Amino acid sequence: MKSLQEEHSAVPPKYEYIEHTADLGFRAYGTSPELLFANAAEALFEVLVSLETIRPKEERIVEVEAPGFDALMVSWLSELLYLFDTEGLLLNLFEIKRIEEDYLRATVCGEFMDPARHEIRTGIKAVTYHKLYVRKNDGMWETQVIVDL
Amino acid sequence: MPRDIAVEKLDDFRWLIPKTGKMRTQGLVYTDETMLATIKKDASLEQVANVACLPGIVGRSMAMPDIHWGYGFPIGGVAAFDMENGIVSPGGVGYDINCGVRLLCSRLDAGDIKDHIPGLVNALFRNIPCGVGSRRKDLKLSARQMNDVLVKGAKWTVSCGYGSAKDLDHIEEGGCIMGANPEHVSERALNRGKNQLGTLGSGNHFVEVGFVEEIYDETVAEALSLHKGQVTVIVHTGSRGLGHQVCDDYIKLMLKASGKYKIDLPDRQLCCAPLSSKESSQYLAAMACAANFAFCNRQLIAYWVQETIQDVLQMGPGELGLSLVYDVCHNMAKIETHEVDGRQKQLCVHRKGATRAFPPQSPFIPQDYKEVGQPVLIPGDMGRYSYVLVGTDTAMKETFGSTCHGAGRLLSRHQAKKVAKGRAIVRELEDKGIYVRSAGKGTLAEEIPEAYKDVSSVVNVVHNAGIGKKVARLKPLGVIKG
Repeated sequence: MKSLQEEHSAVPPKYEYIEHTADLGFRAYGTSPELLFANAAEALFEVLVSLETIRPKEERIVEVEAPGFDALMVSWLSELLYLFDTEGLLLNLFEIKRIEEDYLRATVCGEFMDPARHEIRTGIKAVTYHKLYVRKNDGMWETQVIVDL
Repeated sequence: MPRDIAVEKLDDFRWLIPKTGKMRTQGLVYTDETMLATIKKDASLEQVANVACLPGIVGRSMAMPDIHWGYGFPIGGVAAFDMENGIVSPGGVGYDINCGVRLLCSRLDAGDIKDHIPGLVNALFRNIPCGVGSRRKDLKLSARQMNDVLVKGAKWTVSCGYGSAKDLDHIEEGGCIMGANPEHVSERALNRGKNQLGTLGSGNHFVEVGFVEEIYDETVAEALSLHKGQVTVIVHTGSRGLGHQVCDDYIKLMLKASGKYKIDLPDRQLCCAPLSSKESSQYLAAMACAANFAFCNRQLIAYWVQETIQDVLQMGPGELGLSLVYDVCHNMAKIETHEVDGRQKQLCVHRKGATRAFPPQSPFIPQDYKEVGQPVLIPGDMGRYSYVLVGTDTAMKETFGSTCHGAGRLLSRHQAKKVAKGRAIVRELEDKGIYVRSAGKGTLAEEIPEAYKDVSSVVNVVHNAGIGKKVARLKPLGVIKG
């Protein structure tokens, strides 16, 4: 996992984890909403498993609707978590095809969990609205998400 | 940095958060001076104050000594709402609806099983699905059976032969929350739950074999069939993906409802709807389904625990004598009647990481515990101890019959991993006489004993404040974690 120290480097990292006593949070960044949502998805799956161990063999099209970018972020990440929970799909490639404030369509790739190759770090129960934001600062998009472990 | 919240000391174990800003009532935190210093470091006091802003709150917005920063409500939070003007909030119950604990006792003494612990723990690890994605291949539910699970709870499990009918008396609400209606549970929730019945899950969930190390109240312990040296088992798990999805679905609905009913929210995660609304009735019906799923889950796991111990120790059910002491819920919103200003009033009591702790003579506790009060089970961390308490009249008067639920985290998971780095946690625990197996690679590091408050300081606060009474302390011998 990326450390907090990257916060002070000139180029922001794709994402970084933040401290929360019981659960886990992250901030993700991107120069566009497309990259922001893709990077947040990477941050989510990196909590579950090392992304490097996932081979992009299965493809899915994901479509979500929600009122506003921040609710859209929760719906998007929850949808990915649902794919993992119900099908065992671990994902590492996220291509946002279309994004509006209340709609997102993406192609996501990954593979089914194989206990022989994937060491699950921890389970994630849900993506919360607590301290949630999606915002744009000086041309850089940023989100903060707290997940329930 | 968390907002600075003023607190006033009432006595050594009670701290008041005065009413300020949009708060409709005061906050009350049960803790001591030392733990308060830690609590102040995160945003949990702010969360107590936020809950006090919700409409129709009755009495104070309370927090138990295991309080820590949650999302929306603090973990360790208790709040009751008026049925006419109050609200229900899915975030005030949490994602793991009816996460809870059950305690089983046996006829064995610690000495009888000491040499069998590694074999026993390995067998439990094989037989009880734990960790992400694991399941029992021999348990497949049809849609109709799933419906029964959601409506009947542990009653269904018992009717299928897992455990005995007398277990039901020793489960909070008889193992079945009334009013469950699967029509209000989404397809997604059913999909997330269908392969997870009878699974432990990950994170802080566990099965622990241990023994009674200390008795504080002989009379009460005897009524609960507990004695020193006796082998016990604790099961800690909840409603798994089904409950998480129910919470998720209804938070979405309640975000809309909060707008519709013009409820001013200090944090969106507190979204809620009036108890008199359609949205609330639907949530409570779905929450009851998830709670019933969790009761079934613990009942099934306890049954497999019994099977496994019998198998490993080569003994029959009579010789082992494993019986259910009690099963309590930690994350629930319940419609209960409490005395408010001298009058009986129906309230919706939210316990988010808190335990119901009803006193002796309560009509809602098992007949055989009538004289001593409802058992309260407080698991600690895996390296130290857990406690058995009973509910009290003071709890009934002050906290709507509620008390603490566990040790409460001290370190974030990230910090815990840093502290654990390079250490052989399994060996350290083995040196203390505790044999541990865990499914997740990170789980053991995240769950190291130092990551938690010492549960004895938490329990001492509720005991000294009178909102729980210490009965016994249990020590772990073997643990399986998700």
